[in-house]
Amino acid sequence: MAALINVPATAKRGDVIEIKTLMSHIMETGFRHTVTGAAIPRDIITDFSCRYNGVEVFRAELFPAFSANPFITFFTVATESGVFEFRWSGDNGFYEAVTANIVVT
Amino acid sequence: MSVSRFIAAAILATALILPHADAGEVAFSERRSGSTFMAPETQAMQSNDTANPGMLGVLDGATLWGKTIGAAEKSCASCHNDASTSMSGVAARYPAFDDTLKRPVDLEQRVNLCRVDHQRAPPLAYESRELLALTALIGRQSRGLPIAGGTDPRLTPFVDKGRATFMRRQGQLNLACTNCHDDNWYKRLAGSAITQAHPTGYPLYRLEWQGLGSLQRRLRNCMVGMRAQPYDADAPEMVELELYLMSRARGMPIETPAVRP
Ligand code: HEC
Ligand code: HEC
Repeated sequence: MAALINVPATAKRGDVIEIKTLMSHIMETGFRHTVTGAAIPRDIITDFSCRYNGVEVFRAELFPAFSANPFITFFTVATESGVFEFRWSGDNGFYEAVTANIVVT
Repeated sequence: MSVSRFIAAAILATALILPHADAGEVAFSERRSGSTFMAPETQAMQSNDTANPGMLGVLDGATLWGKTIGAAEKSCASCHNDASTSMSGVAARYPAFDDTLKRPVDLEQRVNLCRVDHQRAPPLAYESRELLALTALIGRQSRGLPIAGGTDPRLTPFVDKGRATFMRRQGQLNLACTNCHDDNWYKRLAGSAITQAHPTGYPLYRLEWQGLGSLQRRLRNCMVGMRAQPYDADAPEMVELELYLMSRARGMPIETPAVRP
């Protein structure tokens, strides 16, 4: 699974920074049927979280109304250099984790 | 295609029976990419690589590019090395004339020829995730480069056949592609901009599809909307249409992977 993460590589201490994430996922709602009438089982991401040097700074629950390939953006305050860790989990054991580094001066 | 769009197409069909219809082909200087008709938010999504969902396909394509498969035990990279150099400008001149088959092949067919002939692996299905990813990766290497479709003189008869298909009325609504995309491109149909049908961004991420799709998928959408029987994926008419559209858009920059509503 591919993910696209946009975290500024550098920031000044105290800066409010925008983080953008895009995760590849079909987000099948569970409400659709095939041409022969069989229900297509739900297959979505249900949980997204972001840790900044181990501390959770953002969390979201996802539901069937989300589009495919969910695009989630949020803001946080740059406090220290380190690592952002992003985690997505969902139906059928879906789990992906990606990290991105930031240098804070 | 939604029911509302069928109805809208029927209304438009009635409008087109009026005598003013034949405005002729779009003038060279008036050509506009489909992206210029989009909302600023959708344009921003296309132009930002970390917001453009089509880039997920490009990333998948980069993984597949390096994967060894088939009886020949070769990856695309074994022969073509780094896609960013070997594939630069390639998508801008497809469909291209194939010396062995003596006819034009589109990029999807070209990738499958390599799969079968050079990797000795089964061809990828049309609109499969893998084929879309590989063609998105290859198309991305031409982004910003001018379309050079149909310049090979051996392609001329095929461009002409594609043009004839574009001009021919077909389907239960008795519409030709030209009736919408040359004569009425500046209008809207059920809220959608009709546009001039330039194939600048394929494969592209269509919000309505919630995924990547090829130019052929787009053309089948329009054919179903005209209530015509869409051609099969491998039909020569399909490749000829793609070729005509690329020659009609000659010089316009490639946007792959584009985003469309
Ligand atoms: C009834 C009018 C109508 C007819 C006839 C029609 N189309 Fe379209 N076409 C549309 C509309 C409307 C869109 C844009 C749809 C959208 O954005 O939701 C479109 C989109 C397209 C696009 C996508 C352009 C882009 O920017 O990606 C192409 C290519 C295209 N049509 C080709 C064709 C071809 C080839 C035919 C003939 C086989 C055809 N169309 C017939 C209405 C039509
Ligand atoms: C064993 C070597 C080999 C492998 C593996 C291979 N190709 Fe090729 N490819 C070629 C050759 C040789 C050509 C030139 C056309 C021909 O002779 O078939 C070519 C042509 C192409 C072209 C057209 C280039 C142009 O300038 O028109 C594309 C696109 C392409 N290959 C994509 C791929 C992809 C994608 C893969 C992996 C799925 C792949 N190839 C695997 C040997 C290879």
